Amino acid sequence: MPGFDFSNYNRNAALHARGVPLPKATSTGTTIVGCIFDGGVVIAADTRATSGPIVADKNCEKLHYIAPQIWCAGAGTAADTEFTTALISSQLELHSLSTGRKPRVVTCMTLLKQHLFRYQGHIGAYLVVAGVDPTGTHLFTVHAHGSTDKLPYVTMGSGSLAAMSVFETQWKTHLTRDDAVKLCSEAIQAGIFNDLGSGSNVDVAVITADKTTLMRGYVKPNERSAKLKSYAFEKGTTAVLNEKIIRKQDLGNYVSVHELSTTEEGDKMEVDT
Amino acid sequence: MSSPFSINGGACVAMVGKDCVAIACDLRLGLQALTVSNNFPKIFQYGDNVFLGLTGLATDVATVSDLFRYKVNMYRLREERHIAPTTFANLVSSSLYERRFGPYFVSPVVAGLEAKTGKPFICGFDSIGCIDFAKDFIVSGTATEQLFGMCESLWEPDLGPDELFETISQALLNAVDRDALSGWGAHVYIIEKDKVTKRLLKGRQD
Repeated sequence: MPGFDFSNYNRNAALHARGVPLPKATSTGTTIVGCIFDGGVVIAADTRATSGPIVADKNCEKLHYIAPQIWCAGAGTAADTEFTTALISSQLELHSLSTGRKPRVVTCMTLLKQHLFRYQGHIGAYLVVAGVDPTGTHLFTVHAHGSTDKLPYVTMGSGSLAAMSVFETQWKTHLTRDDAVKLCSEAIQAGIFNDLGSGSNVDVAVITADKTTLMRGYVKPNERSAKLKSYAFEKGTTAVLNEKIIRKQDLGNYVSVHELSTTEEGDKMEVDT
Repeated sequence: MSSPFSINGGACVAMVGKDCVAIACDLRLGLQALTVSNNFPKIFQYGDNVFLGLTGLATDVATVSDLFRYKVNMYRLREERHIAPTTFANLVSSSLYERRFGPYFVSPVVAGLEAKTGKPFICGFDSIGCIDFAKDFIVSGTATEQLFGMCESLWEPDLGPDELFETISQALLNAVDRDALSGWGAHVYIIEKDKVTKRLLKGRQD
């Protein structure tokens, strides 16, 4: 990565010292979970993005692609989860191209924790990393400060307590694929309904040795009902002072195209045949 | 001192319609409660059908709009083609995230039509480049809360260009009337496959 540009930092720090509050970034609020089952791993997330108390996005994607068999669920500062996962995905792709091997989940987790530790928690990415590689099935959590955990079932984000309560009461060893998906979906729904920072739909990704299945909108328990009445305004409702129409076909009136002759003086440009 | 996002004031909104998109902004530039100008447009054009709305700190609005003019011109020279709305959205996103630890105080909105398919595209960003893809509408500025309320109730799917104009205009006009820092007239762009219509709206001057 070329690195960050700090040229506005001093200006913003000076403003902050004079009492200007820091800008509020979009936060994923979030409930994200992961759970290992016999033969693979499933991760799930809600789809609400918040900016303070405002719901900024009602159906955002929190399940990020890292590699075909490695996926990541992100909580915390939305921009950080988006760019950190994209950066590590890129590094992992180059690494697997140069080694000629499939990328490993531990490699991904190590790259993530080293990157996040270097930034001492200022990059606010809280991640659940899951995948299947030649060494087996793996599930990790990575915190913004760089610490990691390896557990059979994990939850993160503001709805982590609600989601964990589901896991702690219902989880058992040797789950089947369908049971794991159901358990994760219920854990996310616990977050959606009991945590204000989480909401809307449930996204699920199931990773097994042979394929990854992304189920966007696996459960949609909060569909908005159709409006009973249309609020479309009559044409001419709004007072217009001035109107200008630019048509594509009229653009030719403002430019002229001259064909240049190539026969006269000067060598012809060399062109590959 | 107040937040850099609410020193100058301003509002911007984009909406998706049937085979068209709309983007609109108010025209106020202020210094806290003192209005300095009633002709400060916040929408910039970067191609035949790529538009960017910028609200926030006015100095950064000017800087960022010029920065993207430079970047898009360089893109056009290198690639010998116009920039697509999705490509432009990713350019905005990565340019803002580059300044993760010293951001520009702006909340951009992108609206446009895909050149080949004519498919509508809108998206919004926070000040550090997180993209908010929406299939209905995007709002930004000091009247965000009012605009969310207006759009959530007025917007409906598959509005034609004329209906979309009325909907976006009424949403913006009525939102900024409940925001002391926004208003003083508005610009509305209706972007269709073969033409772009720019209208100046009559708004309250108080």
